[in-house]
Order: sequence, then structure tokens, then C-alpha cells
Amino acid sequence: MPNKIAVEARNAVKVFGQGDTSHSALNDVSISIKQGEFFTLLGPSGCGKTTLLRLIAGFETPTSGQILLDGADITALPPNKRAVNTVFQSYALFPHLTVAQNVGFGLQMQGRPKAEVKATTAEMLALVKLDAMADRKISQLSGGQQQRVALARALAPKPKVLLLDEPLSALDAKLRKDMQIELKRLQHETGITFIFVTHDQEEALTMSDRIAVMSAGNILQIGAPRDIYVKPANRFVASFIGETNFLPGTTAPGGVRLDCGATVAVDGSFMPGKVTLAVRPEQVRVQGAGTAGAIPAIITNWVYFGTDTHCYLVLSDGSPVVARLQSPAMGEAGLEIGASVGVTFAPGAAQVLKD
Amino acid sequence: MANASFSASRLPGFSTIATIVFVMLYAPIVTLVVYSFNAGKTVTAWEGFSWRWYQQAWTNDIVQDAALRSLTVATCAMLIATTVATLAALGTTRTGPFAGKTLISVMINQPLLVPDIVTAISLLIFVAALKVATGYQGLAYLIVAHAAFCIPFAYLPIKARLESMDLSLENAAADLYASPMQTFRRVTLPLLAPAIIAGGMLAFVISLDDVVITSFVKSGGQDTLPTYMLGQLRRGTEPDVNAISTVLLCLTVLLLSLFFVLTRKRD
Repeated sequence: MPNKIAVEARNAVKVFGQGDTSHSALNDVSISIKQGEFFTLLGPSGCGKTTLLRLIAGFETPTSGQILLDGADITALPPNKRAVNTVFQSYALFPHLTVAQNVGFGLQMQGRPKAEVKATTAEMLALVKLDAMADRKISQLSGGQQQRVALARALAPKPKVLLLDEPLSALDAKLRKDMQIELKRLQHETGITFIFVTHDQEEALTMSDRIAVMSAGNILQIGAPRDIYVKPANRFVASFIGETNFLPGTTAPGGVRLDCGATVAVDGSFMPGKVTLAVRPEQVRVQGAGTAGAIPAIITNWVYFGTDTHCYLVLSDGSPVVARLQSPAMGEAGLEIGASVGVTFAPGAAQVLKD
Repeated sequence: MANASFSASRLPGFSTIATIVFVMLYAPIVTLVVYSFNAGKTVTAWEGFSWRWYQQAWTNDIVQDAALRSLTVATCAMLIATTVATLAALGTTRTGPFAGKTLISVMINQPLLVPDIVTAISLLIFVAALKVATGYQGLAYLIVAHAAFCIPFAYLPIKARLESMDLSLENAAADLYASPMQTFRRVTLPLLAPAIIAGGMLAFVISLDDVVITSFVKSGGQDTLPTYMLGQLRRGTEPDVNAISTVLLCLTVLLLSLFFVLTRKRD
């Protein structure tokens, strides 16, 4: 059960338009999503994440390649014959129906008996805590309530997979945080596989079991949030997920020799030649000038963020480095603009990237 | 106005021009309506309030006959035109891209582009040939001709509604296991209904007040209200024409007001 594959895309290609105006939205994408997983497709707009979701839902057919659901090829099936449901970015709730009629729509279309439709609708409304709103019109609901109706409507037919297309993007920050927790709870309670599309890296990191980072129609990296954050596969992933310092250098025995002259020890093996070293700002430490093994740097600015203080530095070759330091409980951090200091990296923090 | 932005109402002559335009638009109609209640026979001297001309028109068999024919033709033309227009609007908005799609949208609006008199004369020749060939002289020619020129009036509001409707609603229905036919009946049609009714009413009004095409297509003894009124005026003014006009005016204003209520942007 835990390793059973729910959804699979095999060499999926999607090209929109023809001839000179054609545009490739997905280039040969293959992906396997496990049953019961909270899987996120993450990337900037236009990266192909929504296209991939629409291929799974059946709103688009792939130019080539296959889509499988529970091992069966569903590439040629229309959306109404696929046991997957979608939560749309715009919610797409039926304005002429009540909340309960919206939630029961899928069950009704499946031809379930009236009593079952009624019971399941009530159960779903309870699940999203909207029991009191059953007979309301959609236009009488707030954005957050509409969001929950959309969720209940998509979950009611008990789909094998739930597709969520940036469902939280229209909500304000506070509501968004609540809904993130709500979504995790719903996924846990229903055990349904969730495929979640977002461009918000923080949302992806906090909610997902696994993330696929996409760019320009390709999947760049698939992995658990921690793996992707700690060991980004390339420069795009490193810069898209969280903030990163990029330091140019050349491979040297035992590590990477930075352009400023200092050598940084790096784990693992890599191709010799020009490389980029990536270090997360929270892994950078600022110490006194002349500390053994520290890279000389000058503080150019610092900004207080509450819990953190961001310290902006520059190395001797002009490369900028940002350090995210924990703000001291009392008083100033003792940072002085223009001061000469030494910079060190936490052990194992520096990653060698392919460009 | 708080900010000093441009406002047309402050241009010199604005109120003068506006006043002239509205007087031009409404003074003749007001005169007509007022004199339809005149007790006397002229439209120059007011001789007191009276329902006389309304009674005269109401009890006139020829007027009744023409009114009934007008309503029959307008109702049939409205039903045909609205059905065709709905199908045409679906065919030009709920289909994939195909060659000539824009051209077809434009061609459906032929009656808006070709002058009425040209259509009327071409129909006169065409229908005359059909009458000779089939021997049928009935009302069907008028109904079909009216339906044809009413189509764009029904088509435009329906198409506008379909274009502004979020396609994701239909996607959502399909996603929730509705077949294409169920999606149409349960989602597209209910959401489109106000526009269909509005388009139908516009078509009805357009059919009801047509003179040119009706005059050329009708057989003998097939007068509609407008062609009857025109015939009456040729013989000299009878104030009962004013009364009929006022009734037609009220009906039209009522239907068009409903049209605007139904097509008003909601949700």
C-alpha cells in the first residue's frame, strides 16, 4: 500500500498551437505519485505545472505520452470518466446552485441514490465545517467559505486523487495559513492522494510530502522538502526555493577555491572546473577578522527583521554574501557597517551546483 | 467633484446641446401620446381627455385581426430566431478554433449589415417565385423572413453572455462526472437562460415593429399592425392610429426594460 503508485505521467509532452506560433508547455515529463501522498508541483508561472495538472484531470490531452491512474491508461478518457476531482483556482462554484447542491453535484452525476447524496453531502459539509451554510447561495459566502465548498465538492465523490490548482492564491495571508493546516488535516482524514500546484515555495515546503520543482516545461528535481532545500539539484532550484548565496569558484583538492582566494571544504565528488558554490544565508556565520579558516569580508549593511537580522557582506573579489543571524535577545548585534570580519560556513552547508 | 479631472459637462454648450437632443427625441413621442387621449379628431387642438380612440381601435375588427397577426408572427419569429441564435452562439464560442470562425460570427449578423430595403426587395422576388411554385400563400413566409432578421438581435446578447461566462464552470461540471449533455443542461443552460430570454424579447420587439420587410413579403390581407397603420395614414390621419402607436410604445418599452434588467451584469 504505501508504495503503490496512484498517478503516473510517462513521457508527457504538451505543445500548444501549431507551426511558428507553437509553444511547448511540457517537455517529456515523467513522474510517479504515490498513493496517499501530498505531492506538490512547484514552479514559477508558465513552468508547465498547471498544464500537467490539466493533463491528469483530462482538460487537455497530451501531444504525446501517457497518463496512468492506478496503473490504468486514462490518456484518452474525458474528464467525466476519470476518478479524479479538481479544486479550481477560481473555485468554479456553480452560482445558480446552493452550497449543498454544489457539494452533491458530483454524486448526483454519478447516479448515486438520493439518500446517499444527501448523507454524503452533509458529511462533507461537516468535514469542512460549513453545516450551517448548506442552503446558502454561493454569492452569500466569503472567499474562505467558498474555498471550503470547493474542497467539499471535490472530495464528496471520494476521488482516487484530488487535484488542487493554486487553491489558496486568492486568500489573504492569515486565512491562507489556516487553510494550509486545514488541507493537511483533510488529507490526513480522507487518505486521498493530493496533487497540489503552487508557485509559493514556502507553501510547498510546509505542506508537501514530496515536491517536484518545475521550470520551462521540465521537472528539475523531485524530493522531500528537506532534500530539496538542503541539496538543491541546480542553481534554479537553489534560487527558487529560499534564499541562497552563489559564490563562483574553481574545483581544488579537498574543496572549491573561491574567486576571492579562500578554499572551502565540500563533501562529495564533482566534475573538475568552474563551479558555483551555494550557501544558505542561515548557514553563514560572521566572526571576528582573522578567525582561523574564516574568509575575510566587509559588512556593507544590516537589516533588522525581528527574530533575524540580515547582514550584508562583500568578499574581497566583490561577491556579495548575505548572512541570516539570530537577533540577540537584548541590545544590538554589534554589527558595524564598514567593519572587517571573517565569514565561515556551517559544516556541510556549502553545495556545489551545476549551472 | 473632488478632483479637477476632465468632465464633458463643463464644456461650453453642453447643456444646450443635451437639451436640444432630448427635446428632438421625446417631444414628438410625447405629442403622439398626449393626442391619443384627445377627445377631438385633430392633432392641433386639444378638446379634452378621452379614451375614445382606444375604444375605437379596440373594437375595430381589422385592428384586432392585424394585432393578432403581429403577435403570432412575432412569437413564432422570436422562438425560431432565439433557438437558432442560441445554437449559433454555442457553435461560435464553445468549440475549438476552426478556420472561418470569425467570418461565421460576422455572417450571422447579415441582417444588421444589409439595408432593410435590399433584403425586402430580394425577398419580394424570392418569395413571389416560391408562392408561384408552391401555391402556398400563408403566414409562414412572413414568419421565416422575420425570424431571419431577428437572429442577430438574439445572437449578440447570448454570445456576449457565453463569452463572459467562466469556462471553468463547465470544466468543473465535467470534472464532477457530468457528461457533455448533462453539463449543458445542468450548468450552461441555466446560466445562459437570462441572456436567452433577453435575446428573445429583443427579437420579439424587432419583429413587432417591422414595416419594410413585412410590406414586401406579405400576401394580400396579411396586414400586421405596423403595415395596417401605414395604410391608414395614407388615407388621412385617424387618431386611432395614435392610440395603437401608444400601446405599441408601452409594450416595447416594457420588453426593453426587462431586457436591460436581464442582461445587467450580476455576480
